[in-house]
Order: sequence, then C-alpha cells, then structure tokens
Amino acid sequence: MKKTIAGGAGSAAGFEVALPHPRTSQPAPALTRFLENEGLLAAVLLAPTVLLLSLFIAYPFVMGVWLSLSSTSVGNPGEFVGLRNFVKAWNDSIFRTAFGNTFFYTFWATVFKLVLGMWLALLLNRHFRGKRLVRASMLLPFIVPTVLSTFAWRWMFDPTFSVLNWLLYQGGLITTKLPFLSDGTYGLWCAIVVNTWRGMPFFAITLLAGLQTISPDLHEAASLDGANGWHRFWHVTWPLLKPVTLVVVVFSVIQTFSDFQLIYVLTGGGPANATHLLATYAYQIGVATGLLGEGAAISLFMLPVLFVVVWVQLRYLRRLEGA
Amino acid sequence: MKRRIFLRTAGVAGILAAGRAPAFAQGTRLNILRWVDFIPACDVELKRQAPEASKALGAEVVFEFINANDLQPRITAAIQSRSGPDIIHMLHNWPHLYENGLVEVNDLAEWQAKDQGGFYAQSEAYVRVGGRFMALPHSIVPGLIAYRKSWLTEVGATTFPKTYGQTLGHTFGDAPAWAYPLLWNFGGMETDKNGKTALDGKGALEAVKFMTAFWKDACDEGGLAWDDTNNNRAFLGGEISATLNGASIYIAAKRGQDKIKDEKGEPMVRDIQHARLPAGPAGSWSYHTAFSHGVMKYGKNPKLAKDFLKWFHGKEQFSRWFEVAEGFSVGATKQWERHPLWTTIDEPMKGFRTAPDNSRVIGYAGPPSAKATEVYSKYVIVDMFAKGAQGTKAEDAVKWAAGELYKIYG
Repeated sequence: MKKTIAGGAGSAAGFEVALPHPRTSQPAPALTRFLENEGLLAAVLLAPTVLLLSLFIAYPFVMGVWLSLSSTSVGNPGEFVGLRNFVKAWNDSIFRTAFGNTFFYTFWATVFKLVLGMWLALLLNRHFRGKRLVRASMLLPFIVPTVLSTFAWRWMFDPTFSVLNWLLYQGGLITTKLPFLSDGTYGLWCAIVVNTWRGMPFFAITLLAGLQTISPDLHEAASLDGANGWHRFWHVTWPLLKPVTLVVVVFSVIQTFSDFQLIYVLTGGGPANATHLLATYAYQIGVATGLLGEGAAISLFMLPVLFVVVWVQLRYLRRLEGA
Repeated sequence: MKRRIFLRTAGVAGILAAGRAPAFAQGTRLNILRWVDFIPACDVELKRQAPEASKALGAEVVFEFINANDLQPRITAAIQSRSGPDIIHMLHNWPHLYENGLVEVNDLAEWQAKDQGGFYAQSEAYVRVGGRFMALPHSIVPGLIAYRKSWLTEVGATTFPKTYGQTLGHTFGDAPAWAYPLLWNFGGMETDKNGKTALDGKGALEAVKFMTAFWKDACDEGGLAWDDTNNNRAFLGGEISATLNGASIYIAAKRGQDKIKDEKGEPMVRDIQHARLPAGPAGSWSYHTAFSHGVMKYGKNPKLAKDFLKWFHGKEQFSRWFEVAEGFSVGATKQWERHPLWTTIDEPMKGFRTAPDNSRVIGYAGPPSAKATEVYSKYVIVDMFAKGAQGTKAEDAVKWAAGELYKIYG
C-alpha cells in the first residue's frame, strides 16, 4: 500500500514509500481470515461437488441398498427383511439364467470388441486417401442412439421378414429360416453381435489415439533389427498400448455388464426368458411387477462383480505405471 | 383501489357474467395418461373430447398417450415420487398391483354398473380389491382368432374348428391371451380357490403336450420371438392363415384395402373372418384384455378426477368413442352389446359383440392378485408352453412352471 509520510525534523520534503499491510494496527476482516484458512476454504470449494455427488450418486446408491434389504413394493414402503431378497433371487431359475447370460454376454462382446477394435485401429493408423472420412464414419454406430440402431437390427433379425434370412436363402446358404431371435442361444449371440457392432468404434478410436502416441522411431529401430510385422506389434506396440487397452476394457466391461437398452429392445429378455441380463430382469421384477426391493437386490448382484473387475484391472494398471 | 381488491372484484364480475361459478380454481389442470390405441381414430376422438370436458368441468383436461409397454414404468415412478398424471389407464389386473396408490371409486362403480347394465365379471374382478373398487372399468379389447376363409376351404374345412382336436393353420398370437386359455381349456389352473399353487395337475400337462405337437405341426417357428405386432404383420403379409388377435387386423385390412391384397389380388379384408378359441376337454375360455381408469392418490384434485370419470364414462361420451373403435374395443358393461353399432357393423366383426362373456382372469381359480401379476410379468405360463415347443419334455416344463408358482403363491 502506498502512504505519504511527512518529513520529520531535518527532512526537506515528504516522500512516498510502500508499506506492508498494518497487521497489528487493526484485526483482519472475518472474510479474509476465513479465506486464509486453507482447511475451511478447501471445504467450501469442495462443497458443491460433494453435494452433487451425494445427491445424484451416493443417495441413489444408498437408497438402492436399502431397497434391496426391504420388502418395498410400489406404493408400499415395506420393512427391513435382511438378505431375503437376495436369497429369493438366487433360488429363482430365471435369475440364474440372467446371471449366467450377463457373464457370457460381457465376456464375448468384450473379446470381440477388443480384437476387432484393435484390428480396425491398426488399419486406420496407416496412411491412405480419405483417412479422415473413414475415421469419422467409423464412429457412426457409436453416435446413433442405441434404441434406434437396435430397432434396425431387430428388423434385420425379424422372425418372419428377416432380410438376413432372405439374403442367406437367396444365396443358397440356408434352406430354412434361421431362428435369430426365436431361439435363446441364437438370440444371445445376436445381442453380442449388435453390442460388438456398436461398441467396436469406441475401442478402435481410443486404441488409435494410443497408437498415435507411439513413436515411429521405435518401429523403425525394430525393423532395422529385423523384426517382422507381428514381432513389432507384440514387442513394441502391444506393451506400449497396454495401459490404454486396460482402461478401455474396464469401461467396456462396466458398460456391457450393466447393459439394458440393447436387450430390452432386441429381445425383451425372451424367448422364454432366455436372453435376460441382470439389468433387464431387475427392471422386469422391479418396475413391471412393482417388487422394488427384489428388483434392487437383483441389480445389486452386479455390484461385487463390477467392483472386483475394476479393482483387479486398476491394480494391474498401477503396477504397470510403477514398473 | 388496491390491486388485490380490484382483482377480486373483477373475478366476481367475471363469474357473474359467465352465469355460473367455475367448478375448480382457475388454472386447474387434469392430466390423463392413456396408452396409444391400436385404432388411432380412438385417440383422435379423445383429443376432440378434451375441450368439451374442460368446458363441462371448468378445468383444463389434457390427454397424454404413451406406448402401452411404457405405462407400468410411468405408474411406478409416479406412485413412488408422488407426482404425475391425475388419472392413469390401467390394463389387466393392475389395480390390484397399484392398490396403495389409487383412490377408491366405489361410488362411481356403483353408478356405472347401475347406469349401464352391470359389469362383465372379468372387468369387475380386475378392479375390485378386497371388496373395494380401486379403478373404474372402461372397456375390453376382446381377442378372437382372425383367419383366412379361403385357406381353410383349401384344406377342406367349411367352418373354423370348434375344438383343439381339429386341424388349424399356422397360428400363434398374442402370447398370454393364447397361453392362459389353453391351460384353462384343458382343465389346468394356476391356483386353487384359496390362491395356492395348483398348476402341477393333469390339465397343465395335457395342455403342454397339445401345444408341443401343435407347434411342430402348424405354427410359424418364428412365433417365439413375436411381439404384439408381429402376428398382425405376418397375417397381413400373407405369411400365416390364422392368429389370435384383437380386431385390429381386420380393421387395418379394411382401411388399407387398396394395398393389402390376397394372392388373387383381391382386398384381403373380404377373406377374413373371426372365431372364438376352440374348446378343450374342460370348456372354451378366453382371455380378453380389460381396461380401467385409476384415480391416483397423490393427485391434488381427486374430486375433479372423479367428476371427470363420471363424465367420460357416461353413456354420451363413451358412445362416441365406442363407435369410433368399430368393435375393436367393447364396453365393460353389458349394455353395450345392445348398441346400434352392432346392427350396421361388418359381418366378420359381429363376433366381438359378446366375446367378453367367456373370459377368465389371470391367477384362476384364485383371485387376480398382485401375485398373479408377478407370474404374468415373469411369463411363467407362457414360457411353460414355450419350453415345450422348444423341446423340453412336457412333464419337465410343467414341473419348472409349478416350481416357480410355488415360490410366488406358496
């Protein structure tokens, strides 16, 4: 702060000098004291985020856990029943089918998305004419709303008017219609195909971004040492791409394991409940039947599985980073 | 003059000028949620009636139409959050399931039954929970077998089979409306009169055995993946000769007769006829979808909602809607069997007039309780037949279904 000090005895004239804030002359305002307290300031700045997370993530989660431990049904608050809903679900044959289906669907869809996504990323990482256009159009399945694209697939798999059956029949490859959605096994594989088609661009574009961070010098050096294409991929590309791949796989497993829209639109869980996933079955019990407690218990079966998957993969990732 | 005093005075002057006081406060709104009707003209008629209702009740009446499959999620969300439409369209036995979220309408039910000749047993059973009417029966969409007369003639039949023992063409219709009556008609039942599981009997076994053989002989193998529109498209596309359905197939063929043709290039509508489900050893029962309207407990204006239902279910209003439906929907009360529409309607549609008289309810022989909805929602009865059709032994299919029912009904 600037202050003019009058000249004292012997001084010819006054002069200006900058002095520090007079701390001791008067007490600092409350706001200033508050802002200077780091702990309090941190709490204030974090409060909106904590509030939002509590409201939109913690509250629904805690509510879901409470519902799963209660006999709540629509319009009836219910009471605490312990693990009864979980036991009932475990003894339900449709639940067990849905439980198994969820693992089967997640595993195969993730494997296909990873393999095909990697292959596509490697192709798109090359230089060719129209590269940008191809890269942009590749994202289309990911951009189109799942419900719309799944409807289109459903028409293609239509039990009576399937264009795929028509093409296969006209091409002489089949003599009778394939039961795309009217057979449980076929139905689940159809869902895996659609999920792969939809999720592959996400893998491809993320892996492509990872590939572009790998210095071409490394490949050049490996080539000079006589490494062929496969060796270059396995010993140069793959180790450097592993962290990105793991993150993508974690995201994909979470998304696929809790998938709802695709199955709901494509098969509705049928035929004969053969294609239900945990999410669709939880919806059927919780929303259509109004048994909110039981529905919440079914959906909570996903939690430990996802928790373990995420924990193992993140731990592995941290180890890679530490190495 | 102060602003508030001015407004108060002007308001009173307005009411005096109108000649009567408004029934409800200005800006009062009544929201009604219904399914999107298979007959689009029915929804158009309701939209036309909305301003009339607004005028009659002194409150703004607004209809909202959503896909039938989306009704239950909306009802659950509305009841749990205590906000949403004032009146909701209910199908099947939903009033039993949502009992705690509905306002009792005994007075209205008593009035409607007296005014319009008494409810069909099915309509009453689905809304009456422990002696209380929890919704007001509105209509029924009967399901009959729509079949092609010429295809039947081709195989040497002059009339549609009266019993399951005779041959049928390719058919597999709206799944529960086919599966439940098949169980009943062979003497099977979900529960006894006390509501305890009674599926594991001879009737269910015989029904599954019949279905398995019937599936191999006559059904479209894609039927297991059909939704409620697939059979309509397959029939109108000339792929199947018969299917269990509401009248929407006939009505669509009639309205689109310049496009929907048979193999000879003639309008297909001329070749369509309707028949009841064939009889089994234990009789000929059907399942027809009953509709009602529930007044939601969380609503701010239950009196207004009830006044509206009295207006809406009244003879004058219902009659207009009923005429537009052209037989696809029939009344919940017997009086509508005598409506002049039935004398002028096309011959193949006349079977719908009395179709609801042989309907049973889900959960039979017990009450159509919320537990029956759980069985219905899990498709246990439908899947018992589907498992048989897919190759599971009939005994095992029934054992599986009975096991599921024991967990629900006890």
